[in-house]
Amino acid sequence: MKKEKKAINKASSITWMIVAIGLLLISVIVSIHLGASNLSYKDIWTSLFHYDESNAAHVVVRELRLPRAIAAILVGSALAVSGSIMQSMTRNPLASPSILGVTAGSTFFIAIALAIVPAISFSKLMFCSFAGAGLGAGLVFGLIAFAKGGNSPVKLALAGSAISALLSSLSTFISLKYDISKDLSYWYAGSISSVQPQHIHFVVPFIVIGLVLALFLARSMTVLSLGDEIATGLGQRTHLVRLGGTIAVLLLTGASVSIAGMVGFVGLVVPHIVRFIVGQDYRIVIPFSAVFGSVLLIWADMAGRMINAPFETPVGAITALIGVPFFLYLARKDGRDF
Amino acid sequence: MRNTKFALVCGITFLAIIIFFFVSMNAGFIHIPLQNVLSTLFGHGTEEDHMTIFQFRLPRIILAILIGAGMAVAGAILQGASRNPLADPGILGINAGAGFVVVLYMFLGRGTSFLATKTSVFIMPFAAFFGALCAACLIYALAWKKGRVTPSRLLLVGIGVNAAFNSGITILQMKMEPTDFTKALVWLSGTIWSTSWQSVWTLCIWLLILLLFAFSKAYVLEVLNLGDPIAIGLGTNVERERRLLLIIAVAIAGGCVAVGGGITFLGLIAPHMAKMLVGSSYRKILPLSALIGSLLLLLADTLGRVIIAPAELPVGIVISILGVPYFVYLLLRKL
Repeated sequence: MKKEKKAINKASSITWMIVAIGLLLISVIVSIHLGASNLSYKDIWTSLFHYDESNAAHVVVRELRLPRAIAAILVGSALAVSGSIMQSMTRNPLASPSILGVTAGSTFFIAIALAIVPAISFSKLMFCSFAGAGLGAGLVFGLIAFAKGGNSPVKLALAGSAISALLSSLSTFISLKYDISKDLSYWYAGSISSVQPQHIHFVVPFIVIGLVLALFLARSMTVLSLGDEIATGLGQRTHLVRLGGTIAVLLLTGASVSIAGMVGFVGLVVPHIVRFIVGQDYRIVIPFSAVFGSVLLIWADMAGRMINAPFETPVGAITALIGVPFFLYLARKDGRDF
Repeated sequence: MRNTKFALVCGITFLAIIIFFFVSMNAGFIHIPLQNVLSTLFGHGTEEDHMTIFQFRLPRIILAILIGAGMAVAGAILQGASRNPLADPGILGINAGAGFVVVLYMFLGRGTSFLATKTSVFIMPFAAFFGALCAACLIYALAWKKGRVTPSRLLLVGIGVNAAFNSGITILQMKMEPTDFTKALVWLSGTIWSTSWQSVWTLCIWLLILLLFAFSKAYVLEVLNLGDPIAIGLGTNVERERRLLLIIAVAIAGGCVAVGGGITFLGLIAPHMAKMLVGSSYRKILPLSALIGSLLLLLADTLGRVIIAPAELPVGIVISILGVPYFVYLLLRKL
């Protein structure tokens, strides 16, 4: 009986994966197609495989639309995977990059960098973003680790919002003093509208390493999500797994924040939906999270382009509007859904 | 014994408020020596000192004292009524709701009327109050399940609503002109922007009524703190009393936010300090946290005026920077 169920799960998860990847491909094509001027599908096809520099449509695809779609895929998958790692490591359904002060930390460091060197280069800003993401997550994780009877959903959310409040207060202080508030707000509003091919080249390695590390740890994550005692009992070196998980989270969130700013709630929502569909096995949950995260972000980005055309609405605001109802749903279940 | 200690602590806090009242008078962009402050207050000062003090400093200082007291009491009531030691108007998203409506108003008015005309002085507080009320109703309704509202659900729902309003604010802010944007940012960070005597009197009357009402309800908070079953056993209509208390807290917070912007953490830390000093009786906590709140906000406002003079740092930011470490301490040790 049990075996049969498992077999069905495996078959159904393969079906789901094919569906998800198909959905992703369609989403990418639609997102390249739609925009200020709609491009024909034939142009998209030829620009990808028979690139012609003199054709304006081809240039638009290669220089604007494609980088943007790729950025959405990278950011979406990175955030969703880091969310699922955080949720399994902390065994806390509300864990996600935006709750854990990662984005506030990164904004804080970028504010400092912009205040000290106004014309700072992009790669240096990326570095600051990484360092800041590490700082934010480190502070919140540290706080949770030392808190008495820590790691309840409420405490995690509170520690995260307190640290975020502190860091964003400091950023506001800096931005008011050095008059960089508007620059900074473009950064943290969460947008992939102005992403450039070289930015993507810069972050791809980090995200790929992070994703591979996450897949490599997936099996241990499943064990870890059963609880520390059980994991240790099963012969797992939990500290090592946690260390690896933390590194993956920092790589993934640091990189995605540095190209897209504050894109909240993707890391919270996607893992829940995925677990609802495919179950608790992180070997399946992590790849699915990556694909679904990409799809979600591509659609959110398209919505951001459409809602107030020709102006852009930050994609972070769209994901928050999608994510908050979901967060409230989880909150109404008292965070017990795991 | 307990009562002497309570009187002593209140006396000391009150004395500290008076000292900082005078310090705050003479600190700032224009430095006024203490004896000039005193002689101006009693009507013998120079024209220039008279204007600085009566037009700018004095209303602002009084507002800081009032807002501090209001925020602290609102926080204390929220903590007591929701039986959650970490409740605060800022964390629960009430400030964000008020902020959203104010930013919406600024956005629709395209900044032309903001801080410039007489009407905005009247409309802004109402906008903020309306927003605070909407946010509070929304949070309460969403946290309501099977006829009751549990503390942790209230808090989580509040955090979610906070995020929703903040993303709404972001969308609006992105469409603003840079100058309006900075104004909105300063307002949202919490700053005592209005220095008119009119707002002093309005807030004063508003708070006087509500604070007295709140103090008279202190015993209900004590009963509620025994836990719902005991409170019901003692004949309290728990849900009704809790709702009433929440309305009082929101009304107080809304009034304060209208004048002082989104000040977070003050409502959280002041009641805890009071609790640490005089124990867990709400009849003592409420008045003392009002005093402590006043003192803290006065201190923060003075600091914010001095640190990066001639520019000003929003008082809410000073409070956050001072308040978060204490909050973290609470999270680590107490709860």
